[in-house]
Amino acid sequence: MDDSLSVESAIKDTLPTVFGYIGIGLSFGIVAASAGMSVLMATLMSLIVYAGSAQFILISLLAIGTPIVSIVLSVFLVNSRMILMSMTTANFFKKNSLVENILIGSLITDESFALSMNKLNFTDGKLTFKWFNTVNLMAYLVWVVSTTVGAMLGKIISDPEKLGLDFALVAMFIGLLYLQLISDKTISLKVQLMVVAVMLPLVYFGLIFISSDLLILVVTLIGCGLGVILKHAID
Amino acid sequence: MPSTKFVFWTLIACGIVTLLSRILPFILLKKFNLSAKVVEFLSFVPITIMAALWFENLFKQHLGQLPQIDYANLIASIPTVLTAILTKKLLLIVIVGIISLALVRLAI
Repeated sequence: MDDSLSVESAIKDTLPTVFGYIGIGLSFGIVAASAGMSVLMATLMSLIVYAGSAQFILISLLAIGTPIVSIVLSVFLVNSRMILMSMTTANFFKKNSLVENILIGSLITDESFALSMNKLNFTDGKLTFKWFNTVNLMAYLVWVVSTTVGAMLGKIISDPEKLGLDFALVAMFIGLLYLQLISDKTISLKVQLMVVAVMLPLVYFGLIFISSDLLILVVTLIGCGLGVILKHAID
Repeated sequence: MPSTKFVFWTLIACGIVTLLSRILPFILLKKFNLSAKVVEFLSFVPITIMAALWFENLFKQHLGQLPQIDYANLIASIPTVLTAILTKKLLLIVIVGIISLALVRLAI
């Protein structure tokens, strides 16, 4: 990653994540097909909902005949973390037009968000529409195509777990977390590591009380609050 | 699986709520400014969200009880973290992660 915000540079920055999208897109397609969805429906789901982990939950809820209201609520809860990511990103696009803001928001993902926050450390705190939109469009395209291919493969392979593809998402979170830790100079590494360390017991004990759908949002809010307190106490 | 019509309308409804979660903050922040305190709070979102998404995958939830440790994901995380530290290359991190979990599942 460097300080260039050109289209070429966006493509170069996104390439490493493409493999992750392919892995998860394929597994999603396979899971959807083995749950009885057609290739067309699986593709439409990735085109319309476009929400990684929420789509897996959506499939399992549909398969057991959950009412539409409960499904929509679950998907909203899983994706509510998007609100926090969009709020954080929107601050860097205040001078851009409303249409550009909406376009970036429409296709933002955990990964494009993490990539952009990482990019800020190289560009003196600047992001451009051109750069972000290229990252988003590439991710969207790869995700939809991998879903289609996965759904076709799903007629042949029924057990995607054996291939370890589902770990692509977790590995991507680990990689993006580490890259953010070592490149963000606005918060000291010591404080960042403490915040990450606190997240583990928060998630562990949180799982006793709060459904995992909602837990990500709750622990993120607590973690950010603790982060601010630690930063003022230590830095 | 329910009827195609039901699935289709569920997709549309889920698409709308997801889209709103994504774009409403962009639309509202065009009009309003966040205070410095809120911006500082949000500066912790990248690391807290990534950590939460990772750690959540290390456990299996049983509401009302302590979660069960997902040993396969936990073990596969070790070479993945090491690859992150040694190479700092996202592509390698993802590939090592996938291979690690596949090997762990093969062994179990």
